[in-house]
Amino acid sequence: MESLGVLLPVPMNAYLESELARRYKVFRLWESPPERRQDFIRANAAAIRAVVGNSKAGADADTIDALPRLEIVACFSVGLDKVDLAKCRERGIRVTNTPDVLTDDVADLAIGLAIAVLRRLCQADRYVRSGAWLSKGDYKLTTRFSGKTIGIIGLGRIGLAIAKRAEAFGCPISYYSRSEKPNTNYKYYSNLVDLAANCHVLVVACSLTEETYHIVNREVLDALGPKGVLVNIGRGPHVDEPELVAALREGRLGGAGLDVFEQEPYVPEELFGMENVVLVPHVGSGTNETRNAMADLVIGNLEAHVMNKPLLTPVV
Amino acid sequence: MALGSEAQGRRGTERPQLLLLRPPLSVLHEALSARFQLLRPWESPLPFDRFLAAHAAGVRALLVTGLASVDGPLLDALPALRFIVTTSSGVNHIDLAECARRGIAVANAGTIFSLDVADYAVGLLIDVLRRVSASDRYVRRGLWPRAGDYPLGSKLGSKRVGIVGLGSIGSEIAKRLEAFGCSISYFSRSRKPQVPYTYFPSVGDLAAESDVLVLSCALTEETYHIINRDVMSALGKDGIIINVGRGALVDEAELVKHLMQREIGGAGLDVFEHEPAVPEELFCMDNVVLSAHFSVETLEMSTELCQLVIANLNAFFSNRPLLTPVSARTRSYYS
Repeated sequence: MESLGVLLPVPMNAYLESELARRYKVFRLWESPPERRQDFIRANAAAIRAVVGNSKAGADADTIDALPRLEIVACFSVGLDKVDLAKCRERGIRVTNTPDVLTDDVADLAIGLAIAVLRRLCQADRYVRSGAWLSKGDYKLTTRFSGKTIGIIGLGRIGLAIAKRAEAFGCPISYYSRSEKPNTNYKYYSNLVDLAANCHVLVVACSLTEETYHIVNREVLDALGPKGVLVNIGRGPHVDEPELVAALREGRLGGAGLDVFEQEPYVPEELFGMENVVLVPHVGSGTNETRNAMADLVIGNLEAHVMNKPLLTPVV
Repeated sequence: MALGSEAQGRRGTERPQLLLLRPPLSVLHEALSARFQLLRPWESPLPFDRFLAAHAAGVRALLVTGLASVDGPLLDALPALRFIVTTSSGVNHIDLAECARRGIAVANAGTIFSLDVADYAVGLLIDVLRRVSASDRYVRRGLWPRAGDYPLGSKLGSKRVGIVGLGSIGSEIAKRLEAFGCSISYFSRSRKPQVPYTYFPSVGDLAAESDVLVLSCALTEETYHIINRDVMSALGKDGIIINVGRGALVDEAELVKHLMQREIGGAGLDVFEHEPAVPEELFCMDNVVLSAHFSVETLEMSTELCQLVIANLNAFFSNRPLLTPVSARTRSYYS
């Protein structure tokens, strides 16, 4: 049987790559210079039946069109914003992602970012490393995290995991979602501006779609306010980034903990000098344990597909 | 600045005298000035002991801030002293035995810091495991576009957390970390049958069965350097130490050596043996998160602390029970 040809658009994870290479024929798109990539795809289209995507690159309409033998897109992420799902449905292409295995890590980071911003952890660390403690010996009062109202955008797996953790700190939980969820005691807001106006920490935990693009806009940021903190562990484009920077610069927003940005790996440099922000380079699922589990799930889905068995975590 | 006289205590509307050793937080300072006649030695041209001799002979109450030491010689200089209130929970800086001998009551900050310290301990642990501060530095140096993705961290869920000292702070830490999927064990002076966590009779045994040690116990003679080389070896080369207690709970020189030789996985340290001095070897380490004894410093705490200090002082001056008395049996670092 013909070995499955797998297109890998960007480097993702050494363990994943070696497991793919052991089983399949891997086509590494990044090994071609950018101007030669269309040619590379065209030249190998006859062999490519699978794409492994992630948060940086997946299978957009052009890629799908260029791969007439494409059968499955297996994402090394839970987010599917880099996959043209409608086109996949249309073409009968299966799509899988990596839910559940990364839920804990992402939720942990969301809480870690909230505490780091409110309690100025990174700033304290900078302060000590600069030798300032010895000479200055000053301190600044920060803001307590326990008991603060947490507003969650999107009460899916990750949103629920964030809520569960925050509850252990005595934090009241509110949320905004497309529809109210049954079986929770959390306070539902059908309007995101209202949620923002009534919480202290607003966490973006929904998927990125056309509807949620720039869902955190100037109005939401103003409602969150000069004492409010935004935590984004979703996708950069959830937030109108220039508006976010302006709100922080002008003191209309209290602080931000950001794992994702609109143009990764580029982060607005104006944020670099701010004490009330924490900036991390898309590390939400970035632990050895979780990336290995994600890789196993990608391989498991591809193997199931090759063997005509039910996919493990299908989306389409 | 008020001068002392032999007749102390409330007379009509006269405010009671209160001796301070150091300038307190301004919000506390203001609240105290409104209610008490404050003796502020640092404002005097007299050296400290001469100031006390001149002005504090009749003073009955002392406010200790900033962990200033209260020892026998200081108490000798304050013959009328009957009450000490400290703005800390820890009392290792106060010679409790000497206080007891002289009939001086002591009040501390009770459990007022527990939430903030617990939050900070959890924040430090997530930071160490997930490299929050280190990767924030990476981003701010512009390395993400130049040097690529940041190396992977370590998952918090399923980590075995060993809490050293399961008092109010330790319990709040345990409750929080359980929600992250950690399993909790503890070492404490005595087993606590009502808690659902596994008890270990020694810190070494606890360390051997833990991935993380969180230090939230008081500093006493027994707990001085309780985290020593043997405990660090038992914890192992992937082990993490989070210290929100006192620096001297840890043999700091040994910890630095272990970190430099990669014989321990990392550390989140809010306290040090010789604050504000911090071993400079730690400054270049990405598996270490450093803080300047900030674990209690929130706006909310400062409001609550003010209220508590004043409530304790009012209780003392009206002969009512103190709100947060320190038991004479509490073992201090001096005893």
